[in-house]
Amino acid sequence: MPETLYWEDIEVGKTIALGEKRVEKDEIIAFAQEFDPQPFHLDAQAAKGTMIGELIASGWHTNVMLMRMLFDSLLKDSASLGSGGLEEVKWLEAVRPGDVIRGTYTCLESRTSKSRPGIGICRVVCEVINQDDQLVMSCRLSQFFRRRTPDDRQ
Amino acid sequence: MSRFYEDIEPGHKIELGSHKFTRDEIIRFAERFDPQPFHLDEEAAKASLFGGLCASGWHTACIWMRLMVQHEQRLREELVTSGQPAFGYGVSPGFRDLAWPIPVYVGDVITYTIEYLEKRALRSRPGWGLLLHYDEGVNQNGEVVMSMTTNLFVARRED
Repeated sequence: MPETLYWEDIEVGKTIALGEKRVEKDEIIAFAQEFDPQPFHLDAQAAKGTMIGELIASGWHTNVMLMRMLFDSLLKDSASLGSGGLEEVKWLEAVRPGDVIRGTYTCLESRTSKSRPGIGICRVVCEVINQDDQLVMSCRLSQFFRRRTPDDRQ
Repeated sequence: MSRFYEDIEPGHKIELGSHKFTRDEIIRFAERFDPQPFHLDEEAAKASLFGGLCASGWHTACIWMRLMVQHEQRLREELVTSGQPAFGYGVSPGFRDLAWPIPVYVGDVITYTIEYLEKRALRSRPGWGLLLHYDEGVNQNGEVVMSMTTNLFVARRED
């Protein structure tokens, strides 16, 4: 059994690498058909003559690919309790078929919950970067984790 | 109404439609994108902060996106049917303040809306404007389950 990651284990200021994923054309299209069926997410030919002019992944697809990388690399063996939302998401560069993306996770601030003594809260910035080292997406969010020892740090 | 930049009136609110979140669909989304135990497993979910199996917040938001695109498709079809030019789809540079104040549980029916907040022309992108809108999902009990504020590029009329 891998060791469970608790709130205390997330170090402020330390950047954790998340995954690496090749984005396939078929999955871009499949995601778009289900959740974001705009022409530039569905078909390279239909994308010509649109604002974008080429097939790119839905920004929401990038979001959930980051979520999956975050789960596989960090949350899988953790005491994560979920998130209440995100302060901001920026889609900065297109994600194209064949791109290889990776993520980073950096805790900006860490505190305990005043109302729930067993819980700690991390304010986090996550980034998605492509194979050319371009920043394609960045976001800031808060995450809840169980504390290993609820009373030794206030 | 059509949805060219010139037609947009701040304060206008639109109901996009409703969606019922089934157990199978919640689990299928979670298996692919967000396999945390409280989105996959009833027992684990009972022991979590949420107290029951609930949809990934990303799932709640992705359904908003789908209903938003379907709304735009209907507007485009209305324009084409009446012999007018249809607006081109614009992308979004992002959003802020995405909140999931309470979970979406199995069987919940979420009704989604958008409200136009403000618009501005863009010198850097002729033919396009930027629209800020407020988006919300509300469950069958009238409780807000999701809200966010989104930026969207919208096409201008070419005259």
